[in-house]
Amino acid sequence: MELSEIISESFSSLTLNKLRTGLAMLGIVIGIGSVIALISLGQATQASISSRIESLGSNLLTVNPGSSNQGAVRGASGSRTTLTLEDASAILVAPEITSVKTVSPEFSRRIQIVTGSKNTNTQVVGSSPSYSEVHKLEIATGNFVTQSDVEGMSKVAVLGPQVVTDLFGEGADPLGQTIRISGKTFTVVGVTVSKGGSGFGNLDDIVYVPISTAQKQLFGVNYLSSIALEAKTADLMTTAQNEVGYFLLARHKLSDPAEADFSIFSQQDILNTASATTSTFTTLLSGVAAISLLVGGIGIMNIMLVTVTERIREIGLRKALGAKKKTIIAQFLTEAIILTFIGGIIGIILGILTSYVISKLTGSLFVVSPGSVILAFAVSVVIGIVFGWYPAKKASDLQPIEALRYE
Amino acid sequence: MNTPIIIVEHLSKVYKSDLFETVALADISFEVKKGEFLAIMGPSGSGKSTLMHILGGLDQPSSGKYILDGKNVESLSDDDLADIRNRKIGFVFQAFNLLPRTTTLKNVMLPMTYAGIPREKREAIAQKYLEMVGLGDRLSHTTNQISGGQQQRVAIARALSLDPAIILADEPTGNIASAQAEEIMEIFKDINEKGHTIIMITHEPDIASHAKRIITMKDGKIVNDVQNNKEIRYQHKH
Ligand SMILES: Nc1ncnc2c1ncn2[C@@H]1O[C@H](COP(=O)(O)OP(=O)(O)O)[C@@H](O)[C@H]1O
Ligand SMILES: [Mg+2]
Repeated sequence: MELSEIISESFSSLTLNKLRTGLAMLGIVIGIGSVIALISLGQATQASISSRIESLGSNLLTVNPGSSNQGAVRGASGSRTTLTLEDASAILVAPEITSVKTVSPEFSRRIQIVTGSKNTNTQVVGSSPSYSEVHKLEIATGNFVTQSDVEGMSKVAVLGPQVVTDLFGEGADPLGQTIRISGKTFTVVGVTVSKGGSGFGNLDDIVYVPISTAQKQLFGVNYLSSIALEAKTADLMTTAQNEVGYFLLARHKLSDPAEADFSIFSQQDILNTASATTSTFTTLLSGVAAISLLVGGIGIMNIMLVTVTERIREIGLRKALGAKKKTIIAQFLTEAIILTFIGGIIGIILGILTSYVISKLTGSLFVVSPGSVILAFAVSVVIGIVFGWYPAKKASDLQPIEALRYE
Repeated sequence: MNTPIIIVEHLSKVYKSDLFETVALADISFEVKKGEFLAIMGPSGSGKSTLMHILGGLDQPSSGKYILDGKNVESLSDDDLADIRNRKIGFVFQAFNLLPRTTTLKNVMLPMTYAGIPREKREAIAQKYLEMVGLGDRLSHTTNQISGGQQQRVAIARALSLDPAIILADEPTGNIASAQAEEIMEIFKDINEKGHTIIMITHEPDIASHAKRIITMKDGKIVNDVQNNKEIRYQHKH
C-alpha cells in the first residue's frame, strides 16, 4: 500500500473516533503544556530574582566599618567610626587601585521627616553624585544630588517614590516643595524611579541628601556608614576587593588583615546565596514538572491502551480483508505520529501561552526555555508513539480470527 | 473445472483452555472442486464456522493439511496469506464485521485499498456491488445507521468486490428476510455460473437447496456429503 493511502487511512480513522482521538490528544496537550508552563515559571522566578539583585548595582562592593571578625574587639577594630570621607577620596585617586570604577561614600540613618501635617520615619542617605551610578539609581523627575550640592552643603533632597506617596500623596509632584528633617528645611530637587521591594529594605522608601549636609548639618559626625565601590568588570571583583582591602589596611596603619577595622562584601556573595535559593526552587518546580510529565505520559498510555480492545478487533478485520502486517503497523504508527505531533504542537502553544499569562499576572519575566519544550515534546511523542505502535504490533501478530474475537 | 481448489486432509482443531479442551474439528477430510456451490449444514456448535475460518486463512488448524489452489497453506508466509485473503477469497462473516461508524461505501472499498486499486476505481466498484445487493441508496450511511440485514448485505458486497475465486459465507442470509435472501441466492448462483467457487454455511434447508452439494456436520465431523438436485423444485414451491 502506498504511503499516501496509509496516511489518508490514518486520518480517516482518527476523524472517525473523535472522542478517542480527542482524549489521547488531551493527554498529550496537558502533559506537554504543564511541563512547559511549570519550567518557565521556575526560570522566570529565578531570572527575576537575579535581575532584582542586579538592580541593586552590578559589580558592587561594599566597605563597612568595623571588623567582620566578631571576636576581635580591641582598639578601633570594633568601632563603627573607622571609615571617613578621606578614605573614599583616597581610594578613588590611589594609583595602585586600578580595578575600581566609581566610589560612593555614604552615611545613612533612619530619622523622622515632616511636611505640613504629615510625617514619616524613613532612611536618610547622605550621598554624592556617584551614588546613583554605583547603585543604578534612575531619576524620574528633577535631578540627583550634584557635586556642587555636596561642596556647598546644600539643603536639597531627592525622594524615593514611597516617600513622595507618604508625604505628598500618590502621584503628586513634589519638585520645589520643602520638607523638614531634624528641624532643618530641605528643598525637593528630584524623585527616583521605583526599584520595587517592600518592608524594611524598601528601596523606594529613602531620602537622599548631600553627604556633606548629612554629616555636618543633620547628624554631626565625621565618619561614614559605608563606602560603595563599583568594579570595572565582573571579573575584577576579587581584584578590587583585594586592592581596596590592602590599601585601607595600609591607610589605617594596620599590618595584619585579621586586625582590619573594616570589612568588604561583594554583591556576588548575595547573588550566590540568592541563586542557591532560587535554584532549589527551580529544582522543586522541575520535580513537579517531571511528575506532571509522568502523569501526562500515563494519561497518553492509558487512552492508547483503553481503546486497544476495539482496535485489536479492527486490526483482525483489516488482516482478514488482506492487510499485511507491515501495512497495519504503518497505519497505526502514522496515526500515533499525527496524534502526538498535533497534540504536541497544541501543548507547546498552550504551555507558552500559560507562561505568558502567568508572567503578565505576576509581573515576572516571560521566559520559555527551549530545553523544556524539547524535553516535554520528546517524552510525550515517544510515549504516544510507543503505546500507539506496541498494541498494534501485538495484535497484528495474532491470527485474524483471534484478533476479531478479542475481548 | 474438475481440479480441486480446496483439499482438506485429516484436519483437526482443538481449543485448549486451562480447564478443558474443545474439539471443534475432528479429523476432517474432503475436497472442493473449482466452480462448486457447496452448502455446509449442521447443528450449532458442530464446527462449521471453525472450518470456514481455516478455509479462509483466518485461523490455523491444530493438525492436518489444507491445500488451497495447489499450495499448502501451512507453508505460506504471512504476507502471501494476506494476499490470498485479499484477492482469492471473499469472506462473509456470521457477525458481519464491518468497520464501525464507517460508511457502507468505505467498508466495501477497504479490501480494494489493500489490493492497491486506485481510489476512483475502488469507489466505482464498491458502488456497483452495493447496488447489486440493493443498497444503492445507502452509500453514505454509516454502519450504525443501517439494519442488521443491510449490514449483512454490505458484508456480501465487500466479499464480492475483488471478484475472488472463492466465496466463503458464514450464514449469509441469517439476518435477512426470506425474499431478500432469495435475491442474495440469485447473486450467488450468478457468480457461481461464472466459475466462482462458493462455500456457504446455513441452517435453513431452503437456502441450502440452492447449492449443488450439501455437507452436513456434527460434533466436528462430516456426517453427510451429498449432491443436490432438488433446487428447481424448491424454487417452484416458494
Ligand atoms: N475461540 C474459541 N475458543 C474455544 N472454543 C471455541 C472457540 N471457537 C469455537 N469454539 C467451540 O468450538 C465448537 C465449534 O464452534 P463453531 O465452529 O463456532 O460452531 P458452529 O459455527 O457450527 O456453530 C463449539 O463447541 C465452540 O464452543
Ligand atoms: Mg457458526
